[in-house]
Amino acid sequence: MTEPLLVGTDLFKMYGTTPALRGSSLTVRAGEIVAVMGSSGSGKSTLLHCLAGIVRPDDGTVVYAGRQISAMSDVERSALRRRDFGFVFQFGQLVPELTCVENVALPLRLDGVRRKEAERRSREWLDRLEVGDVAGKLPGQISGGQGQRIAVARALVTEPKVVFADEPTGALDSLNGEKVMQLLGQAARDTGAAVVLVTHEPRVAAYADREVVVRDGASLDLERVA
Amino acid sequence: MSPSWLRELLLGARMALAGGRSGLARATLTAVGVGLGVAMLLAAVSIPHMMQARSDRGAARADQNYGTQVARTDRSTLVGVADMQYRDTSFRGRLVQAEGSQPVLPPGLSALPRPGEMAVSPALARLLVSPEGALLRERLHYPTTALIADEGLQGPGELAFYLGTDTLTADTSGVSRRNAFGDENTSEGLDPVLLLLVVIIFVVLLLPVAMFVASAIRFGGDSRDRRLAGVRLVGADTGMARRIAAGEAMLSALLGIAAGAVMFLAGRSFVGSVELMGISVYPSDVQPDPVLAALIVLAVPAAAVVVTMLSLRRVLIEPLGVVRRGADTPRRLWWRLLMPALGVLLLLPLVGSVSKESEGFSEWQVIGGVCLILLGVATLLPWLVQSVVRRIHGGPVAWQLAVRRLQLDGSMSARAVTGVAVAVAGAIGLQMMFAAVEANYQRFSGQDSTRAQISIAARMPHGWSDAAGFAARLAATPGVTSVTPRSVLSLNLPASPSGEQASAPLTIGECAVLRRLAELGDCADGDVFLVDNPDVPVPAPGATVTLNEEGEGATWTIPSGARTVRPLSDPLNGDTVGLLATPAALPVAIRDRPDLQLQALVTVDAAATDTVDRVTNTRWELDPLGTTWELNPTVVDNKFAQIRRGLFAGAAATLLLIGASLLVVVLEQLRDRRRLLAVLVAFGTRRRTMSWAILWQTAVPVVLGLVLACAAGVGLGAVLLRIIGAPVAIDWAGIGVVSALAGGVILLVTGLSLPVLWRLMRAEGLRTE
Amino acid sequence: MSIGHSFLGLLEGRPRHGYDLKRAYDERFSPGRPLHHGQVYATLSRLLKNGLVVVDGLEPGEGPERKRYAVTDAGITDVQSWLSQPEKPEPYLQSVLYTKVVLALMTGRPADEILDVQRTEHLRLMREVTRRKTGGDLAEQLICDHALFHLEADLRWLELTAARLNELAARVRP
Ligand SMILES: Nc1ncnc2c1ncn2[C@@H]1O[C@H](COP(=O)(O)OP(=O)(O)O)[C@@H](O)[C@H]1O
Ligand SMILES: [Mg+2]
Repeated sequence: MTEPLLVGTDLFKMYGTTPALRGSSLTVRAGEIVAVMGSSGSGKSTLLHCLAGIVRPDDGTVVYAGRQISAMSDVERSALRRRDFGFVFQFGQLVPELTCVENVALPLRLDGVRRKEAERRSREWLDRLEVGDVAGKLPGQISGGQGQRIAVARALVTEPKVVFADEPTGALDSLNGEKVMQLLGQAARDTGAAVVLVTHEPRVAAYADREVVVRDGASLDLERVA
Repeated sequence: MSPSWLRELLLGARMALAGGRSGLARATLTAVGVGLGVAMLLAAVSIPHMMQARSDRGAARADQNYGTQVARTDRSTLVGVADMQYRDTSFRGRLVQAEGSQPVLPPGLSALPRPGEMAVSPALARLLVSPEGALLRERLHYPTTALIADEGLQGPGELAFYLGTDTLTADTSGVSRRNAFGDENTSEGLDPVLLLLVVIIFVVLLLPVAMFVASAIRFGGDSRDRRLAGVRLVGADTGMARRIAAGEAMLSALLGIAAGAVMFLAGRSFVGSVELMGISVYPSDVQPDPVLAALIVLAVPAAAVVVTMLSLRRVLIEPLGVVRRGADTPRRLWWRLLMPALGVLLLLPLVGSVSKESEGFSEWQVIGGVCLILLGVATLLPWLVQSVVRRIHGGPVAWQLAVRRLQLDGSMSARAVTGVAVAVAGAIGLQMMFAAVEANYQRFSGQDSTRAQISIAARMPHGWSDAAGFAARLAATPGVTSVTPRSVLSLNLPASPSGEQASAPLTIGECAVLRRLAELGDCADGDVFLVDNPDVPVPAPGATVTLNEEGEGATWTIPSGARTVRPLSDPLNGDTVGLLATPAALPVAIRDRPDLQLQALVTVDAAATDTVDRVTNTRWELDPLGTTWELNPTVVDNKFAQIRRGLFAGAAATLLLIGASLLVVVLEQLRDRRRLLAVLVAFGTRRRTMSWAILWQTAVPVVLGLVLACAAGVGLGAVLLRIIGAPVAIDWAGIGVVSALAGGVILLVTGLSLPVLWRLMRAEGLRTE
Repeated sequence: MSIGHSFLGLLEGRPRHGYDLKRAYDERFSPGRPLHHGQVYATLSRLLKNGLVVVDGLEPGEGPERKRYAVTDAGITDVQSWLSQPEKPEPYLQSVLYTKVVLALMTGRPADEILDVQRTEHLRLMREVTRRKTGGDLAEQLICDHALFHLEADLRWLELTAARLNELAARVRP
């Protein structure tokens, strides 16, 4: 088995007096798709935020490719997220005033890629996700399913090592959800990206290689139980 | 109003307050915003009463006869003008002396101070006991036996005193006999040009305030639209939704008026303790004009409803959400041009009709014209922003984000900037007018402050024979380096063949002094010189002239040995004119005339401090009715200077107010985009990028607004200059200053919104509610 | 009963040989689980006996594979009525799993472990089916989806039961 790429160990996080994580651990290997399941409010999103270096856990460590994320400065973590990670959220993630292709190009441009080149690569990804025809439209003018595919394209355009997807199909009907998951899974396998897939839908989780269940802020790695 | 109407309005009013803490915050924000505007409007409409009260009190204490003879009675009081300056403040001083047993009293006194005692204003009393008043204490060392009451003062901070004396005589110049105080028509009204300026200043400052009120009413508009969508979902039709919105707006406006009234009253009680530009005001003088105040109270809620209705025109409130219309529809230009065009048309008939001497003008025509031109800026700006921004492509990420945002919803930012643009346009127009008018009101005094710094006038009881002693006393004052004493009398020249009676000044002084006034050549005591200056003709030697002064008309025959000499420039009066005489050349009746006025030019050591006040102290001992003044190359008409200072203070306050509303708009936009910001942070966007995006997003409309404002301001200025008949000249420096001020406000707003941006750029925003 | 009906439906298009029928059925309806020859023979002889198909032609040799079959009018009517009849919904209340959980609770064994193990197994199967689905054509996808939805329903039940184990325990324990 390959070396672990991203390891979160004994993560604790409190929001005020609300415990969101109580000793959660998760290991992600390169190229694998891990589903994080659990009822709503169980701490899935918080776990994802900690692993991605968006939120600093109160206790515990997150190690990515041998580097401790929780010890990095904000600037370093931002750069890491820009280069090595990609993100897909449930909704409201596209910048409404940018066209779809500009939205996809955004992470590349943030990392200093020139506009022409960034948009060329973005168009390739839009075609790959079968939404090349809406490239010039604004997010307000396309359907939810198309919007999520744009978001997937944006998450993958930088060819990240890990894609974090928080309920990427949560706002879609099952057909569109299936399609988005298929495309995300396929594209991730093609580029060798690992995916941390937060969901409470078993059919979505079934696209993963294995799953982890979060209950009351603690994760239960089922493979180890089984 | 049908009951259902009323119900919907009330429902709207309740909704304005509903929504927990954020709803309350929104209502508070609007109330504070509208309140600020209302308070400013109330303050503005209080100014007429304030000015009136000040000028009434000024007229009530008027005590100058201007040469009119007044008979002595039992009630007569003699009043001598002893106005003086201490540090930078000039203030009113009077010597008073009872001539009868029941002397009339100036307002604010219950008895005339006895000789050697004085009554002072409260502010002067405070100054005299404070460390800052030490030098003044040496001058006004008399016991203070009474305080001047409010009705005898213009404002609480005014310095003034009445000093009792028994040395005045009615025929001394500067002394008036009064059998009553007060004068109907002593206060000078503003001439038409200044009135025009004042009217325009008001329009230029208050229009942006009114626009600020309008934008304050729109605070929280987006969340209101969402709320209305909720109301539509449970079955309200479009009309009901609109009435609910109207109810909400009206309640905010009413709360705003209440807040404004509170702020106004608070500010009013505070006003007594501040002094701005040498003016202090009694709180009781600050009373809004009742008609205008009623207008404000009615107009603000009405405007709130109208603004709300207008803003709903572009929004489609559907049960499932809010659809913004017309993002792509190009704005039409023609009607936007109509307004400024109408404004210019209104003003054009006035061209050349207003001057210092003209009769007056239709104030409403001016107000209407200026308002229309400035409102033209407000209507043109959204069109301009949309047209320009649509053509912008490319650029770095921050720029792209900003431009795209403006393309999608440019009107939002344009609206916020409109106030700035209107204020700047007005200020530029005014600035141009100022530059032109200033020349008329700024007299070039001909004084040369490099050769002498202080000029003294003091009466010499024994005429010229006191001159040396006076000069010695002045020279002994610390800081004084030299004193040049002389006297000037006016002579009536013999009538010319055409019958005109000319007059010329006669300057008395030692050779050393006269030598500075003309190219004398040889000079000995007893010589007389005739100055060859075409401005003032002089009689030939041997002619007989008469003294043209109060009292007796002594005559003098100009010695035949009098030589004609060429003039030199004098530090006080410019090129010398008239006759020059050494003391011995004059008859005693002229030379040692009682109360001959000494004019002494004083030079001072630049390193010494407070010399002017020390010299004034010496002069006060020599003659309290004399004067001391510093030499200045230019003298700005006092009234003009005050208007100008008022404009700058007002413009600064207005820009700050507008800056506040801009800040609110930016913060609101940021808060609306909280989730998006969090997503951007998630995929690694730098703070710097977002900060620049915010700056560009504000700066682009502001720059466009400034360009438009400059154009409109120059246009307005040109029309105004034509009205007062002055040549059109563009005041680039003024444009620069005003634009820089506006730019500073933008930077300030961006700077203040950054901490909020950074706070929002955290992961908490990712949480889905 | 459905193999017979499927055969009839396949024959409606055109007459087929026995081996042809089996191949078509395996491809469409039962990928990965081919029919036994015996099943094919038994089904076809039953259809022949009931007059729903007739032998339309013969190739040299023995066995049903050598015969060509065609559907009769009676056969077409029979398919029609089968299609228009709804399937009886299966109430799975008496499922083995339920029995296991209740038994575990009654005997004081850890019921949530049973549920977790079952859950893992369900998900494992779902992943497998999903994998097959992503490789397959539309027909295969639809069949897999059917399985997935059923599995998902079971999973939901597992989750709900897990969440209500305490309640259930209170009921089943004396
Ligand atoms: N920013 C936050 N502030 C306060 N509480 C939070 C915040 N984010 C999450 N929580 C709380 O932490 C718990 C876990 O939340 P979350 O990780 O979003 O769960 P999930 O994604 O599984 O629905 C919940 O109780 C939630 O209310
Ligand atoms: Mg979540």
